[in-house]
Amino acid sequence: MAEYLVLIYENEADYAKGDQGVFDEVMKAHNDFGHAHGGSIRGGNALQPTSTATSIRGTRTDSVTVTDGPFAETKEALGGYYLIEAPDLDAAIEIAKQVPAKFGGVEVRPVMVFD
Amino acid sequence: MRVTRDLDLAEECAQDAFARALTAWPVDGVPERPGAWLTTVARRRALDVLRREAALRRALPMLVVDDVEPAYEVDDTGTDGPGAIADDRLRLVFTCAHPALNADAQVALTLRLLCGLTTAEIAKAFLVAEPTMAARLTRAKKKIAVARIPYRVPDAAALPERLDAVLTVVHVLFTVGHTAPTGPQLVRSDLVERALDLARMLRQLLPSDPEVAGLLALLELTHARRATRTDATGRLLLLDEQDRARWDRDAIDAAVPLVRESLRSRPPGRFALQAAIAAVHGEAASYADTDWREIVALYGVLLQRWPSPVVALNRAVAIGLADGPAAGLAALEPLGSEPALATYAYLPAARADFLRRLGRYDEAATAYAEAALLTDNDVERAFLRSRYDEARAAAG
Repeated sequence: MAEYLVLIYENEADYAKGDQGVFDEVMKAHNDFGHAHGGSIRGGNALQPTSTATSIRGTRTDSVTVTDGPFAETKEALGGYYLIEAPDLDAAIEIAKQVPAKFGGVEVRPVMVFD
Repeated sequence: MRVTRDLDLAEECAQDAFARALTAWPVDGVPERPGAWLTTVARRRALDVLRREAALRRALPMLVVDDVEPAYEVDDTGTDGPGAIADDRLRLVFTCAHPALNADAQVALTLRLLCGLTTAEIAKAFLVAEPTMAARLTRAKKKIAVARIPYRVPDAAALPERLDAVLTVVHVLFTVGHTAPTGPQLVRSDLVERALDLARMLRQLLPSDPEVAGLLALLELTHARRATRTDATGRLLLLDEQDRARWDRDAIDAAVPLVRESLRSRPPGRFALQAAIAAVHGEAASYADTDWREIVALYGVLLQRWPSPVVALNRAVAIGLADGPAAGLAALEPLGSEPALATYAYLPAARADFLRRLGRYDEAATAYAEAALLTDNDVERAFLRSRYDEARAAAG
């Protein structure tokens, strides 16, 4: 078994435009996903929009800077994630294909293991 | 990193074992009986490599191997042992052509692990520096190990899509070899031979898959015309100028039953349809006798199955040959605004040919000149320039 982080990248503007119906639909989709794949899900969270992000560069140096905004400005931003467990990449992809991401897509990254 | 090192070891074993298996197959052009591999050669050689296979299997557990039997029947009609080898090779095919790997890396890994080419040879084939190719292979191998890309034949549900990726790798290899994108030679026979080896191997491993049969038939039928594609001086000869008596008749006769077999699936796959088109050419006694309407119809079905501007271009050319150059020119018209064809030399080349046939030599010359600018293959460029000169002279 290995762990994979499924990063959900979506267009925030589409969410901002969405009404309560869109919100309910997305919530239901995530609940359904959780029920279907509960055995493989090790964790997960939704994030507040990038307008609430703060970036800090030069950590642990004398020239640390703190700025408003996400690390990289992109149309599709990281909006949430699931940490899943799967035997191999094919299995992880099968689960990731079921992750709700109506306004974008997901990226699958193997979690590094330190022996 | 430990996993990567073990994958490298597995690679060494795999390369050695598979290279040996492949050298047992006829490598000096098309064999007298193409298809003989079906029954004897690889299987006989497989017994010789059993000992090496044991080393391979010891090295492979670091790849993700599961104990579930593949859903797909693999050929295990040999005596004890070779079935397992066939299974190992098939698993490796799917690992190399995994969609999570970059397309260039898929082709390179296949050449390295299944054909046993060295990194230097692969770099030469793709006209990149050896360190570049080495880095590409290392990155792909590292991803296989770290992301745990499985070493497994996909289950029945995923198989068609995954097999399509495998067949695409082999087709790309053949296409690049058949008409080299750049350079002095029209054909890179080393790549063509490797692609044929792989297609024959896949046919042996998946004997009941219609698209595997279709791809092999397509490659064999195209390859059967190899001796006639240039004249003694190296000038490119088009289909209408080729000496059909020198086509490899045995290869064509052997491939036609494969085409029929591949067309039995409903709907027929894209390789089956391309093979059917190649078979219509292969069986026509002369260029004039070619059933162009049948070819137009087959391209029409192919276009529905596989909407590609290149297929649309081929269909338009076939229309011109079935219904005359004016109809062909009209069929080419909408493709002029297709972005994917903006730098595709065959589009202006086709237009030039129809214009020439219509006696519109001035416009034909312009189109030949455009096509000549767009190809990087020396043999093709020389052909297009000579046609340009003829059109210029005719335009007066």
